[in-house]
Amino acid sequence: MNEQLLGEWETEVEADATRVRTRFPAAAREIGRSPATTDPGAERVEDDVRGRLLEALARGADGATVDREVHDLYRFGDADERRAVLRGLHRVEPAPAEGWAADLVHDALRTNDPRLVAAALGPYGAAVLDDDAWRQAVLKCLFVGVPVDLVHGLDARVDDRLLTMIASYADERRAAGREVPADAERLLATTDTTTQPGQER
Amino acid sequence: MRIFDPHIHMTSRTTDDYEAMHAAGVRAIVEPAFWLGQPRTSVDSFVDYFDGLLGWERFRAAQFGIVHHCTIALNPKEANDPRCVGVLDLLPRYLAKDGVVAVGEVGFDSMTEAEETAFVRQLELAGEHGLPAMVHTPHRDKLAGTKRTLELMAQVGLPAGHMLVDHLNEVTVDLVDDAGAWMGFSIYPDTKMDPHRMVAILERRGLDRVLVNSAADWGRSDPLLTLRTGEAMLAAGFSDDDVDRVLWRNPVEFYGQSGRLLLDDDGTAVVQPTDTFEGNSILRGERA
Repeated sequence: MNEQLLGEWETEVEADATRVRTRFPAAAREIGRSPATTDPGAERVEDDVRGRLLEALARGADGATVDREVHDLYRFGDADERRAVLRGLHRVEPAPAEGWAADLVHDALRTNDPRLVAAALGPYGAAVLDDDAWRQAVLKCLFVGVPVDLVHGLDARVDDRLLTMIASYADERRAAGREVPADAERLLATTDTTTQPGQER
Repeated sequence: MRIFDPHIHMTSRTTDDYEAMHAAGVRAIVEPAFWLGQPRTSVDSFVDYFDGLLGWERFRAAQFGIVHHCTIALNPKEANDPRCVGVLDLLPRYLAKDGVVAVGEVGFDSMTEAEETAFVRQLELAGEHGLPAMVHTPHRDKLAGTKRTLELMAQVGLPAGHMLVDHLNEVTVDLVDDAGAWMGFSIYPDTKMDPHRMVAILERRGLDRVLVNSAADWGRSDPLLTLRTGEAMLAAGFSDDDVDRVLWRNPVEFYGQSGRLLLDDDGTAVVQPTDTFEGNSILRGERA
């Protein structure tokens, strides 16, 4: 990873927010990247590099500018760039407004791309999704094959409503003679089901 | 025979074509952004098209063992529609992306002022982004369009080695050759060039700076005419190494100037294909 060049880019983006428009997409090629992988949860150098550019953006620009630039990075980004935006949303400090990027999380959860679904359920997504949307998102992980370990704060938030949904999904799979995802079995087996619906643990 | 088709519009082609291309030796391609036959009416259509070139089409090609690159630009024909010109402001975002190996297709269609304005701006963008430029020459008044293209290259100060002038023929090749730019030849079933005329040009002026492409698109065209040209070269007495130079090493050298080819030195893909793109597979039927 080219730490020196990244430092220069951070300074540049902090001084002029529009520079992020071309630095963010070029970050993997110019600064550093991890070997290609299809693992949706892999910690990748280019994600961290892009996260640092988001931090620099937030340090230098006002909230409205940060909001616009981050939304545009997602809008015009390829899958790798979108993933990095989603994974970096909690690093945008101060946040431009409450729930300012919730629409990006919802957009990613509408795709069937495991990379984007996993990235949407990081710290920012977990904080911004209401319980209904969050449960649907966890269930979607089981459908598209995102390991549920990647869901930020999963254990603390599992409730009986979610377990009921997973149990029903597992029943449906068995009835069709199809395999139940190991993550679903594990959640059903290891989680204490005495808690009341919606209750935090 | 390994083949790098430096100009082909796969968005308009079928999976049968991908299969046949791979069987013929095609391992890498460049898909230039161009007109879709049906005119676009807004900037958003371009954005979706560019995203498709970088996302879905790259994924589709990878399923057949072919590495897909693209060039990004506002094409000359649509440079005449004021509703589309705003895309010029978005180009820098796309020119910064991996796998975008040139600014193109730029150039002239009807030689209008609007075309020239967009052309010049995009040649400047190529310079600013360290990218080569890929230039379409017009069907009508080709000689005049080619001359003006070379004047603009000099005016903007783009190095000749960073310029590919495409769709050349016997009448326009020497102009471009003398200017030191790269020469592209589109081999078509009826129009433009055919394999035997192509071989005649190679015999006359050699293999330097020559790219041979199928330019296959939504019109009558054939993605295997690169292979046919290689075969015609061999039949005319060129060596296997000569064919490899024209059909592989030359395009790698030209587009490699971008630093954004997704190929290793031995020609294998740097980015491994994934099974699905945004959860969708090109295979029919439910996934396990």
